[in-house]
Amino acid sequence: MDEITYAPATGLLSWTWLLIALPAVGAALLLLIGRRSDKWGHWVGVATIGTAFALALGMFVSLGGLDDKSAVTDLFTVISVGDLEIEASLLLDPLSAVFCLLITGVGFLIHLYAVGYMAEDPGRRKFFAYFNLFVAAMLVLVLGGNYFMTFVGWEGVGLASYLLIAFWQIKPAAATAGKKAFLVNRLADVGFLLAMFIMVGAIGSLEFSQVFNGAEGLSEGTSLALGLLLLAAACGKSGQWPFQTWLPDAMEGPTPVSALIHAATMVTAGVYLIARSHVIFALNPTVQTVVVVIGALTLLFGAIVGCAKDDIKRVLAWSTVSQIGYMFLAVGLGGAAFALGIIHLLAHGFFKAGMFLGSGSVMHAMNDQTDIRRFGGLWRVMPITYATFAAGWLAIIGIIPFSGYFTKDPIIAAAFARPGWEGWVTGGAALLGAALTAFYMTRLFVLTFHGPKRWTEDVRPHESPAIMTGPLIVLGLGSLVAGGLMAGSVTEWLTPVFGDQPERHGHLSHMQVTLVTTAVVVLGAALAWALFRRGTDEAPRAAAWPVRLARADLGGEAVNRGLFEGPGRFAANASVAIDARGVDGVVNGLSAAVGGTSRRLLTFQTGFVRSYALSIFSGAVIVVAALMVVVIQ
Amino acid sequence: MSPEYYLILAAALFTIGAVGVLVRRNAIIVFMCVELMLNAGNLTLVTFARTTGTIDGQVMAFFVMAIAAAEVVIGLAIIMAIYRSRRSASVDDANLLKA
Repeated sequence: MDEITYAPATGLLSWTWLLIALPAVGAALLLLIGRRSDKWGHWVGVATIGTAFALALGMFVSLGGLDDKSAVTDLFTVISVGDLEIEASLLLDPLSAVFCLLITGVGFLIHLYAVGYMAEDPGRRKFFAYFNLFVAAMLVLVLGGNYFMTFVGWEGVGLASYLLIAFWQIKPAAATAGKKAFLVNRLADVGFLLAMFIMVGAIGSLEFSQVFNGAEGLSEGTSLALGLLLLAAACGKSGQWPFQTWLPDAMEGPTPVSALIHAATMVTAGVYLIARSHVIFALNPTVQTVVVVIGALTLLFGAIVGCAKDDIKRVLAWSTVSQIGYMFLAVGLGGAAFALGIIHLLAHGFFKAGMFLGSGSVMHAMNDQTDIRRFGGLWRVMPITYATFAAGWLAIIGIIPFSGYFTKDPIIAAAFARPGWEGWVTGGAALLGAALTAFYMTRLFVLTFHGPKRWTEDVRPHESPAIMTGPLIVLGLGSLVAGGLMAGSVTEWLTPVFGDQPERHGHLSHMQVTLVTTAVVVLGAALAWALFRRGTDEAPRAAAWPVRLARADLGGEAVNRGLFEGPGRFAANASVAIDARGVDGVVNGLSAAVGGTSRRLLTFQTGFVRSYALSIFSGAVIVVAALMVVVIQ
Repeated sequence: MSPEYYLILAAALFTIGAVGVLVRRNAIIVFMCVELMLNAGNLTLVTFARTTGTIDGQVMAFFVMAIAAAEVVIGLAIIMAIYRSRRSASVDDANLLKA
């Protein structure tokens, strides 16, 4: 394999730190100035992200002009112990550049939308401060030039995500969801930490270039452990099985948060980590197989649960879980599929953010209700939201010429290209996932916008203000054209990162896959349309066991409860009991023994001088007698 | 003249003093008994000094007398204070330190 080197940054590219500094300064300003900036604070948030986007665009262009397509900036030394030196370095290469564009671009649109969405909220300034903090942390994550910096950003987005999920912390559900997200992510982050320790131990550096160049010499066990630990971290951040449980609960946060963090950017950090570490993942076929299995499993898991949910945001959340499963599947397949995963990620960022913002617009119109059983017929009252949501819907189910068609079908084709029976299994799973996606997204779309009105009596739906519909229109257009534009060009753009990979052909040709996929997608969508065209019951009906199982998140919660909560509670109760009976028992017993002894000894304190004198005399007699005995002997 | 008689006298005086301290209640008498014991000790010291022909014991006796004098001052002051506060010189009445 070729040696991986990164060139030092020059010109505009030596200002990469400014990309991070802009939103970070925005967050610091908003938090430090406090209430005085309540009136205009949100515009600071929008302006910093807007400037960062312009800057990222400029850097993207000037990066394209470079020969070696990479720019490293060393800022300062963070840790210097013995041979280990950890620099705060930033790396701008084609991979991080497209992420920067996605984060700042989609982030800017969502910031703009949030100005309208959060207009009535007293905490709007704080919201924008956290939002800026998130963007800054996410940029550190993707721009970090070594695993340490990535980890700093990794933890930073975890913190921002926690703050924003629990933004309405007065709601107990939101507070709990925030804590749940934080805890599940911490658990997975242990994987990241251990992976870094292994790198320091086995390679002696955390710099991307040195790790990747030194990875060849690793023993099989080390590369297996390294890959699996990084995968655990990625699964945690991206809501993949078995860490999928926190992502749907994260929908308790404000809708722009769901759009930016829990759909478009942060949850894709896992895909970024795997794509960035593709050298490590390519070393060990076992690790790659595990990534593929987790991707395939999660994409089906998310799609199945998505079919049974009635909350508009939760359906979208499960579809996010499922779509990231596709990306994991792609990066797990390796080779040319790495770029496919990244392209699907970018396209997904557009259409999922658009749909989340659309769902926020619907919630605004419907008094913050989220139950799709009480929507229906909204297409007449909110035409812009309807049109943009339709673009997102067609994009996610992959109808030509919307973006999902160009980004998801190649992943399905790549899944079929795995050799032997595995190809049929992974390809079949991806195909089934596509059919299920078409079903539940059509169900969501039809129940929300078509069919009879099932509104509660107090709602008066209306279209959202221009500041909210503007970003919707841009994202809707993105869902329409982004996939087609990116499909070829981004693959070429990412070649310096992943290398020139030959495309593999397997059991089915591209044409066959496209035809079969389109057929099952249309079938799934038509089935959903036929079933839900006339609306649905306004309360959940008793259902057969598969539906009940899907409504219960396929037992995900039950597993958590049995595997972690139960033993956790037991351990907590046991330690309370040990503390109360054991530790307290020893301490209390000791003090009781001392107290009892002294109470008994008290009887000697008669208060009579003469009795004291008698004891002194007796003592003296005993001493003298003892002396006599010794002297006489 | 043999020293035994002096030693026996000293032992008798010490015993009388000790018994007096233990059985009498009046603080003044107890006090006098303490003095008796001290002087019994002095007698012993002087006797042994005479027997051995050194003056160590005699010097020691002077020290004992000086300390006894100081002790008398303090002791009588305490007895006076107790008597004033509780109209009694009985050692059994001063039992505030009883548990």
